[in-house]
Amino acid sequence: MKNYLRKFYYGDIPDDKVGGNNNETSKNPPLGGRGADWPLWEVFIRSKQGLDHKHVGSLHAADAQMAIENARDVYTRRMEGVSIWVVESKYIHASNPEQAGEFFEPAVDKIYRHPTFYDLPDEVNQM
Amino acid sequence: MNTFDLEKIFQEKIDGEIKIEPKDWMPDAYRKTNIRQISQHAHSEIVGMLPEGNWISRAPSLKRKAILLAKVQDEAGHGLYLYSACETLGITREETINDLHSGKAKYSSIFNYPTLTWADMGAIGWLVDGAAIMNQVMLTRTSYGPYARAMVRICKEESFHQRQGFEILLVLSRGSEEQKAMCQDAINRWWWPSLMMFGPHDSESTNSEQSMKWKIKRKTNDELRQNFVDMCAEQVKILGMKLPDDKLKWNDKKQHYDFGEIDWNEFWNVVKGNGPCNKQRLDARRKAWEEGEWVREAAAAFAEKRKARQQAA
Repeated sequence: MKNYLRKFYYGDIPDDKVGGNNNETSKNPPLGGRGADWPLWEVFIRSKQGLDHKHVGSLHAADAQMAIENARDVYTRRMEGVSIWVVESKYIHASNPEQAGEFFEPAVDKIYRHPTFYDLPDEVNQM
Repeated sequence: MNTFDLEKIFQEKIDGEIKIEPKDWMPDAYRKTNIRQISQHAHSEIVGMLPEGNWISRAPSLKRKAILLAKVQDEAGHGLYLYSACETLGITREETINDLHSGKAKYSSIFNYPTLTWADMGAIGWLVDGAAIMNQVMLTRTSYGPYARAMVRICKEESFHQRQGFEILLVLSRGSEEQKAMCQDAINRWWWPSLMMFGPHDSESTNSEQSMKWKIKRKTNDELRQNFVDMCAEQVKILGMKLPDDKLKWNDKKQHYDFGEIDWNEFWNVVKGNGPCNKQRLDARRKAWEEGEWVREAAAAFAEKRKARQQAA
């Protein structure tokens, strides 16, 4: 991954135009000290009472308590939440997107699961 | 499936406006471009706190101070949303920050200009944040899901930044002669660097075409810049001030404003590290990292202690 990054900014600056220390990263020592490697946490927020918690993003923190406090500062500065869940990212298991086709296939051909499948006379109101 | 087929499926998704998510297959170059662009965007938010930080303790009233603090805190938040989005592409936070500190990764050159007067806080809000918003509104529809979602959140918060900036200038523009002069001076100094924020001309920008095809970008540098000029040329009238460009003129045929040429020498010079504050900004970031080490250590030690206590109980 290291050699991928190019000098750029969010306009569009091609590499060859930018002088200086282009390929230095591999030579740089890693950032020292503890805390550079705090675990990653996923953050879920309930925006108001009665709604589900919803994934909003992630952050780094030393432990769960700190993750919740950081999540408050990062994701709820404008009263976006009334409750926060955090879970260490390594504990999230996910379905494989490459197999999404087969995996979700059983639901594809069962249109009779939807109310619109049934043709009823108009007199049967609001069913 | 071979790479050719995968790329074809990938491009079909993009063409069909289906977002790309972290675990989906993507071409290496798409991953690289996104890492570069998102991390630079994140660095811009973080370094962007510095020029404004200069004025927190010098704000003219408690109200302005509270507003500026909130804005700078938002920028820290925006940096974090973006670092998180960037990490989903497989680069660690540590590497990203290391690239900033080593000077390898860039941030927006605008933050290498100094903030000399209070009016600069207004000009930054109106012009710099205004230019950033043009770019960011476009990016809410970018093809990489986590980046697009971060942008939606950021855009919701940005509009306060631009409005508070314009309001600062509005108050100055209705003030004493000195205040009016200060207002005009800030506009004079920030106008051209703001136009430079959109990057080189489309004809010079080698990566634009591929980024458009992948829908990382949806508008070119020149299109966004033109929109920005059109917007500001009208807004400046409300302030009763002037944009420092004698070529600025409404073109009835094009239905756009014509404007003068950017000083590209200055632009490349600042990008290459020779701007007024390049060194100062990077030094400040490195210092913050180094002097924050004891805080990171203390937090880690405290987390361990808390864990041990919980296990004992």
